[in-house]
Amino acid sequence: MSTKMNVSSKIYLGLVYFFLYAPIIVLIVFSFNESTSTSVMSGFSFKWYGELLRDADTINAVKNTLLIAVVSSVCATVLGTAAAVGIDKMRNKYLRSAIMNTTNIPMMNPEIVTGISLLLLFAFSSQLLGIKNALGLHTLIIAHITFVLPYVILSVLPKLHQMDHHLSEAAMDLGCTPVKSFFKVVLPSIMPGILTGFIMAFTLSLDDFVISYFVSGPEWQTLPIRLFSMTKKRVKPDMYALSTLIFFVMLVLLMLINFMQARGDKKKEKDK
Amino acid sequence: MKRIISMLFVLILMFSCSVIAFAESSPLTETELQAKYKKLAGTSINVYNWGEYISDGSEGVMNVNEEFEKLTGIKVNYATYATNEDMYTTLKAGGSAYDIVIPSDYMIQRLIEEEYLEKINFDNIPNYKNIMDEYKGLYYDPNDEYSVPYNVGMIGVIYNKKVVKGNPTSWDLMWDERYKGQILQFNNPRDGFATAMFLLGIDVNTQDEKEWRRAYAKLIEQKEVLQSYVSDEIFNKMEAGDAAVAAYYAGDYLLMKDNNPDLEFYYPEEGTNKFVDAVCIPKGCQNKEAAELYINFLLSEEVALANAEYLYYATPNKTVINNDNYSLKGNPILYPDKENEPKTQSYENLNQYTLSLTTKLWSELKIEGASNTAVYIKLGVTAGIGLALIIYTTIKKKKRQKLYDV
Amino acid sequence: MEKKTLSAKLLASPHIVWSVLFIIAPLIMVAYYSFTNADGNFTLENIKALSDYKEVFLNSIWYGIVATLICLVIAYPTAYFIARSKARVQSTMIMLVMLPMWTSLIVRTYSIMSLIENTGIINTFIQKLGFEPIQMINTSGAVILGMVYDFLPFMILPIYSVLTKLDNKLVEAAHDLGADKITVLTKIVLPLSRSGILSGITMVFVPSVSTFYISQKLGGGNFALVGEIIEGQFVTSNNFNLGASLSLVLMVLILICMAVMNHFSGDEEESSGGLMP
Repeated sequence: MSTKMNVSSKIYLGLVYFFLYAPIIVLIVFSFNESTSTSVMSGFSFKWYGELLRDADTINAVKNTLLIAVVSSVCATVLGTAAAVGIDKMRNKYLRSAIMNTTNIPMMNPEIVTGISLLLLFAFSSQLLGIKNALGLHTLIIAHITFVLPYVILSVLPKLHQMDHHLSEAAMDLGCTPVKSFFKVVLPSIMPGILTGFIMAFTLSLDDFVISYFVSGPEWQTLPIRLFSMTKKRVKPDMYALSTLIFFVMLVLLMLINFMQARGDKKKEKDK
Repeated sequence: MKRIISMLFVLILMFSCSVIAFAESSPLTETELQAKYKKLAGTSINVYNWGEYISDGSEGVMNVNEEFEKLTGIKVNYATYATNEDMYTTLKAGGSAYDIVIPSDYMIQRLIEEEYLEKINFDNIPNYKNIMDEYKGLYYDPNDEYSVPYNVGMIGVIYNKKVVKGNPTSWDLMWDERYKGQILQFNNPRDGFATAMFLLGIDVNTQDEKEWRRAYAKLIEQKEVLQSYVSDEIFNKMEAGDAAVAAYYAGDYLLMKDNNPDLEFYYPEEGTNKFVDAVCIPKGCQNKEAAELYINFLLSEEVALANAEYLYYATPNKTVINNDNYSLKGNPILYPDKENEPKTQSYENLNQYTLSLTTKLWSELKIEGASNTAVYIKLGVTAGIGLALIIYTTIKKKKRQKLYDV
Repeated sequence: MEKKTLSAKLLASPHIVWSVLFIIAPLIMVAYYSFTNADGNFTLENIKALSDYKEVFLNSIWYGIVATLICLVIAYPTAYFIARSKARVQSTMIMLVMLPMWTSLIVRTYSIMSLIENTGIINTFIQKLGFEPIQMINTSGAVILGMVYDFLPFMILPIYSVLTKLDNKLVEAAHDLGADKITVLTKIVLPLSRSGILSGITMVFVPSVSTFYISQKLGGGNFALVGEIIEGQFVTSNNFNLGASLSLVLMVLILICMAVMNHFSGDEEESSGGLMP
């Protein structure tokens, strides 16, 4: 349903984006501060960017955070999409709502409850197995998959709901195997849902502190853990610099993808 | 004959024991230390510390963990926490083996009581001699078996001299109506209650419920003049001049003063809290010897100096205090002289009942004053609207069904 | 046909196994803690102690409802306009909604505080224009602002993903039949996007009842939210038992609210089913 936008809708969108981006502008400005303050601007300098590049611990934490976010959001997207397809087919109302409510539990619980209860579970099972250093990458990934799953399922389900079920049946009547009809018919039509689910899962995993704190071991520190544990002292502008860098890298990446898509579209039009 | 032999035997045994004991109580020499480094090179230790609580190589200072790795070849896995209680929860649940933790005094007391700590072999820490005598044998570890002091500090009141008139000396500045809306209070029960308890002259470690309720009443009174309850955001608020009065740690005041020279500081005359953060080895550690070498490294003059310069907290290390290169040497706030030394009291571990009471009173403090009936009305109205909508849609649905039936 | 749905249903089985292992098992632990005391004996003390926190619960739910409604009001037109913009820029616009959330929560919160402080950026601006400064921080409005800022993208995205494949012919047909814009919106677009709205409401309301970081900082700690109380029970007083029972009750309350919500979704299945050929 893409038609041209009128002026008032453009203004409205502009305001919403301004609301979302106003704090980002502020943080970019303070990342160039000369002093250690993040509330009083005392001069312009690039020194915090230099500090950041020398800070091996932070760079390592960024790597860990990205790795965990990518792996757990991909796993959660696959697991969640499959689950949503299955749930959508269920006609038993009680079974359906039982599964949905269970799925939503990690979202309902305050993060600290999810974090501590998973920690207790991991500690308990590692005791059973006799492992001493049980917490690490795998526990972080398991925990992250668990708490982002409901977001994936909740974004895929409406698309399945909206989809015309007769389509996949027609495909099968025409000789498609169920697997083929799933990949050729169902998957393309629920793709926007899967994508938004993936984006949300990635976002939540990227910025999670409380759950990660409790299920991480000494060797796998993430960026949010580093940042939150700084709050006894102060968060210095080098973290603002880091946020600014991450922001611009992602922005450039987005622009590139958009640009390439645009070129692809033009090519297709020409081919036609 | 038999008796003589057995007596001889006992004598020999006693002698050999005392020799061993004597040998054990002598700290390692430099060469023995080097041999240990060689032996343990290639292993690793898991260090668990407060965030931003070690000189980490930023702005050209020493990177302590990296230097330790270079010196010994022992790898340091470094993890951080934000509060004593966060750290306690991780230790209690288990699941990972830490070799070093750095809790505060009252938490060490609790960890010793609940047997979470390993006894330290001080022979592996020859630099323990650098610790000042006044920080040995403290109440939380009276026999110096489990902990080695790392940092010390005190709480005081920070104010903006552009706003606050005169020379305040008492906790009552935080209750002063002239500065209504410009006062910040701690957002954690222990420190928050302590401000009121010091003002009222109550023992901060009391287990008497009545006394806690008295302090609670005082905090309710304060709520009128308070701007907000804060933790780390105090830095930004005080530096930018959004608030004018706040209680916080002395070392952090010095950091704030760098960004706002109008800020002043004093230790209230009624007394204040003094804390010691100390290095401990938790039970279940995997590389105790290396952990002891790490503690020894932290106590060496160079490293302790780098940490003291970076953290701005007072150090218990005499080689640093007397060091001429130490930029904070003799700083009147970190190291007040005998005459100006404030009255202090340390926090002790509270029993479970009192802990729960403080948390409960603290949350009551937060909702105090908010009109409680209003929320019932608001939610009631919302529920009513919801119910009306449900009834409306059901009726509509039935009507539509009737239409189809016909 | 029977076989096909069965195999499709089986797709949910890995998720069910996962839920049992990592959601139900920890939940049983939470339940165990909430009915025992520190020594591990059965007790109802924790449940009784809950009456101290009635107002906190109700307040949190109230804030959750208000934040969710504001999110919905802001997000629906946003999603609608994005879905109506050129196909090429849509994915970029959606990513731009999410991008701010990829910077750290702490840093973002500090920035918002710099904006709305009494001597903050906005008030300095207002004063330069010659008006009186406005008290924004440490009010209940700031608490809700924090929630809206934190969760708005989670309302926009599901609504957008449903709107993007909305059959344009339906809208055109309605226009051809003489329906005006508002009728088209209320009779066709809105009902057809209801499943997206419901997902969005779930994703905003449910976590916002238990959140506290942004709202606590913006509200100056003057407003006790249930997430903060539970956190305090776990880490400040180390009372896992009371913390667990508080979160169990919170869960039940949220489930009740969601059940009321789902009543509307039951209605929706019929209407959308009716429209599909």
